[in-house]
Amino acid sequence: MDQPAEEFRQALLAMDRVAALAVLGGALRPDDPFTSLEEVVVPALESIGDEWENGPVSLAQLYMAGRIAEEAVRQVAPETGPYTGSRIGIAVLEDHHALGKRLVLSALRAAGYGVQDYGHGLSVSRLAQRVHEDRPDVLLVSTLMLPSALSVRRLVAELELPGSRPTVIVGGAPFRMDPGLWHEVGADATGRNSAEAVALVQQFTGGAS
Amino acid sequence: MIGESAPLERVLTTLGHSEPDRVPLFLLVTMHGAKELGLGIEEYFASGANVAEGQLRLQRRFGHDCYYAFFYAPLEVEAWGAEVVFRDDGPPTSGEPLLLDRERITSLQPPRVAESPQLGRVLTAIAALKERGENAPIIGVVMSPFSLPVMQLGFEAYLDLIFERPDLFARLMAVNEEFCVEWANAQLAAGATAICYFDPVSSTTVVTPEQYAQTGLPVAQRTLPRIQGPTATHFASGQCARILDEVVGTGTAVAGVSAAEDLAQLKAAARGRITLLGNLNGIAMRTWSAAEAEAQVKAAIAAAAPGGGFILADNHGEIPFQVPDEVLLAIAEAVRTWGRYPIDWTDG
Repeated sequence: MDQPAEEFRQALLAMDRVAALAVLGGALRPDDPFTSLEEVVVPALESIGDEWENGPVSLAQLYMAGRIAEEAVRQVAPETGPYTGSRIGIAVLEDHHALGKRLVLSALRAAGYGVQDYGHGLSVSRLAQRVHEDRPDVLLVSTLMLPSALSVRRLVAELELPGSRPTVIVGGAPFRMDPGLWHEVGADATGRNSAEAVALVQQFTGGAS
Repeated sequence: MIGESAPLERVLTTLGHSEPDRVPLFLLVTMHGAKELGLGIEEYFASGANVAEGQLRLQRRFGHDCYYAFFYAPLEVEAWGAEVVFRDDGPPTSGEPLLLDRERITSLQPPRVAESPQLGRVLTAIAALKERGENAPIIGVVMSPFSLPVMQLGFEAYLDLIFERPDLFARLMAVNEEFCVEWANAQLAAGATAICYFDPVSSTTVVTPEQYAQTGLPVAQRTLPRIQGPTATHFASGQCARILDEVVGTGTAVAGVSAAEDLAQLKAAARGRITLLGNLNGIAMRTWSAAEAEAQVKAAIAAAAPGGGFILADNHGEIPFQVPDEVLLAIAEAVRTWGRYPIDWTDG
């Protein structure tokens, strides 16, 4: 990892907003703000996501890192609006626990993506309706409980009906505990953490944000 | 069966870090009782008598070593006045958080156990299990004061509170601790043998060991000694290896451990100090064949059973409704086949 990204990572893990802002401000290239910020933010969040996977970093640190990164990007580069090349939506299916969605939302915004937040506690039919109205290219679906994860199968079926559905990326505890579940329910991919979700969005939207 | 210990004796022996006749098995089934009685999940949990009957039938059917008086995770916040959303294919979940405005913590008062119909149903179930059960431990359940706020405020708002408002966090812990102690002791008075203290937020999956030392640990140190019976601390799929010494220091008898952790390493750290409960993957269990169930049971027994101090269970404390009875029967059968002491079939 390059030095600014490493310094940014350390500031995020220390929950040091001032240091995070300073690192990001120093890395900003006015002629290409998003690329320069992405080179710092994405590797730092990827590293923190990996460290959560492997143990040393906690969910609380992951959450605060995403929040601070998102705030820092907004402060350093408020004029460089979100990337609009692809439409991205996110929701929590059938549950009111929205932390997972929040983690991914922060990471995506910090990486420069504009994301439509459809909220939490949505039924399959309500979320399908929102997707039909909004027509995102990528839909990220967070679940907490196994029954909600299994409901993704019905969601995918409803999204197929009009003939063109978004790429569906799923995440949450059931998919982490059962690595084959995303495939079973008909999703296109699963991310084990917010950094993986960003990488998948990059992959499905054709690369850079 | 001739030569078999009663479940309570089996469990007490392993808690004493000795080898009983075989590895105790806790099938922590809740909603399966509704299936057993031919009821919907909401209807089943509306009556303590239903839950007692369900637990009695499940224990007879699978031959495991406890009765589990856990209804569903948001039961406590329901008693505090929060919305609970039922569904017909899984456990009810908490709706919108109780405390959308965190400033309300300053005047927050807990429910009185004796006045709560929700908590009363659990006490009814425990009393019926005590009266009708056959010498198996009855496991009561509380949410730890440190983990309950995930359902009181929502996870995100709770993490913000911990880091941003230590004054409100301290006040919330004080209120929750009083409630937790009263609720645990009411279950013990009704006939529960032990209390399972669910504390996933203390796991290193959620907070760092340093944060735990400043938050969940002192809460447990204040709360657990006031519970007038044995306790088990369960991390509900969260990891605990890096805080195991501190967990042992709280005086709890059992740690409920994660499928994501190395059970043999945990056993090496726990041996003679704390009993391990776990760590079968309840989510993956849904699609296990009988052979897979047997292999998983054998692996867990080989890793943690020698010497006692081990109870086989799922890793979350609530087996999903979608896990078929055939898998549960295969697990129980595998324990009877491979869990008999001495465990002399392992390489180690």
